[in-house]
Amino acid sequence: MPRQNGPTLRERRVHPPWGLWWIQGRRLVRIEVRRNLFSWKAGWIYVLAFTPTLILAIHAGMDARSARDIEGDTEVLARIVQLFYLRLAIFFGCLGIFSRLIRGEMIERSLHFFLLSPVRREVLLLAKFVAGSISALLLFESAIVADFALLYLPFGGMAWTYILNGPGLGQLAAYLGVAALACLGYGSVFLLLSMIFRNPTPAAMVFLLWETINPVLPSLLQKLSIASYLRHLMPVAIAPEGFFALLTVETEPTAAWTATLGLLLLILAVLVYACFRMRTLEIRYTTE
Amino acid sequence: MTDRIVLDNVSKFYGEVLGVNRVSLSIPPGITTLVGPNGSGKTTLMNLLTGLVQPSSGSISVLGLSPSNSTGFFREVGYCTQFDSFPRGLTGRQFVLDGLMLHGMSAAEANRLTAEALARVDLGEAAGKRIEGYSKGMRQKIRLAQSIAHHPRVLILDEPLNGLDPMARAESLALFEELGRQGMHVLISSHILDEVDRISDRVVLITGGYLVAEGDIHAVRTEVRDQPMQVLVRCDRPGLLASRMFALDHCVEARLQPDGKGVLLRTGEMAAFYALLNQVAAEGLVRIEAVAPADDDANALYQYLIGSEGSAS
Ligand SMILES: Nc1ncnc2c1ncn2[C@@H]1O[C@H](COP(=O)(O)OP(=O)(O)OP(=O)(O)O)[C@@H](O)[C@H]1O
Ligand SMILES: [Mg+2]
Repeated sequence: MPRQNGPTLRERRVHPPWGLWWIQGRRLVRIEVRRNLFSWKAGWIYVLAFTPTLILAIHAGMDARSARDIEGDTEVLARIVQLFYLRLAIFFGCLGIFSRLIRGEMIERSLHFFLLSPVRREVLLLAKFVAGSISALLLFESAIVADFALLYLPFGGMAWTYILNGPGLGQLAAYLGVAALACLGYGSVFLLLSMIFRNPTPAAMVFLLWETINPVLPSLLQKLSIASYLRHLMPVAIAPEGFFALLTVETEPTAAWTATLGLLLLILAVLVYACFRMRTLEIRYTTE
Repeated sequence: MTDRIVLDNVSKFYGEVLGVNRVSLSIPPGITTLVGPNGSGKTTLMNLLTGLVQPSSGSISVLGLSPSNSTGFFREVGYCTQFDSFPRGLTGRQFVLDGLMLHGMSAAEANRLTAEALARVDLGEAAGKRIEGYSKGMRQKIRLAQSIAHHPRVLILDEPLNGLDPMARAESLALFEELGRQGMHVLISSHILDEVDRISDRVVLITGGYLVAEGDIHAVRTEVRDQPMQVLVRCDRPGLLASRMFALDHCVEARLQPDGKGVLLRTGEMAAFYALLNQVAAEGLVRIEAVAPADDDANALYQYLIGSEGSAS
């Protein structure tokens, strides 16, 4: 039988086998992306991500260029990102993508194959998180880039000036950064919720409510909300109006790097707790 | 490093429901059969051994390894579960290959071991087809292939003969026997002892979550043989037959059937019992219509095997 003498437990404690974890992680991500990224079940998420793109494409074809102004369209894009993507598409898209990773495999009764392989459960969980993040990022970042292009390019030369010599490119980068953080943030939360609840949707609804009322809560509690960090990273402020006024209550200004760091720490904390739960996760398909 | 599978006072409760209770075992290499009726705790015990569920109390070690150290543990252990489900959209070959790749071995090595495992279960060209299109027996085979592909030293098989036709059954048994001979631990569960007793070195009997008997198969067999067995004899003169049969000192009990056309006899010596019965029939005094073991279906056989009042140990 082919068998290498593995390192002793003591050696492993002292030198964690990073190389092995890296290989296993990469292979898990590949398996996960292959199985889940291109599945018809996820079709509604694609529709959600590219709805604004479709609308913008129709507009780009219809409107006379001169009738539009760059300033106004910049605010339109800010609204699309903040109100549509962050509040709706990325939120629900990540709910769909990340709650599939563990809970979906429990429902399909295939999770035990992973738990019976010589892979640390933490590596498995983090690899699944990375795979979910890759799916979400590919989808939403490309949608936002497409939206940006469709919005500005019809302006022709004016657009290039705005993008390259004006604030355009910086805004795009900021939107992509915010969307990426939103995917990781909501992804980690939904991954955890799906490990705790058989059906994570009600919990996600409570979390949505929490995210919505968060701006009016004491600043300590705000630290436990994804939206409160993202708000400080938006490149274009949008004037609050109507129902959404609640969403954009003024808080004390925070530097972008503090907000980013804070959110990354929150994501890290959520993932650490998810790893802890993963260690004691049981396979009880009969009661699913 | 020990070569035993050790359970020390292990209990598992699913909330209020008892899975297994205070099980202590020390299993040496070879083929061990875990026998018990539905719901007796066979799957629970196997899931405990592999860390799919956590014990409520007690401790478990397999060759000195704990399932919580999955990297070391699952190089040595293969588990073919009772769950008849698969990841979507894979062919049999991909399914086995994916599992091997997670060991961190090279793709060439994984491919080689995949081909070897597929050949061992004799899946033929079905290996290249999608698992969704497999029959129950083929699914059983591909799961077996996946659990032996990495050459584990401990193989745990939860009702591995389920859904197999007699041919495939015989082939699987031969495979298990060979693996046992090579010095592997093979732990097989079944609700029928007969099915696997030919190849087993050891049996563990479990019912209602309690371990009721454990040991060398021959010892358990003798124990079984020495235990009185019931036989129902339908005949025209049951009273006379009963008095004749009581001549055997190991015929311990006779109960006349209410319709007066039969008698239920309990005996500890089957061979002598049948010899005398034949003699009585040949004498022509009693016309015997039918002879049947009163506990011939699987469950009654099992009840008999473990004794229905089976003392919890
Ligand atoms: N996830 C679960 N939740 C609650 N009770 C469970 C669960 N799994 C098993 N049980 C209970 O534990 C006991 C043992 O079940 P187990 O599945 O281990 O039996 P088994 O011997 O494998 O039966 P079978 O021959 O039907 O496979 C049963 O009473 C069962 O109802
Ligand atoms: Mg079972």
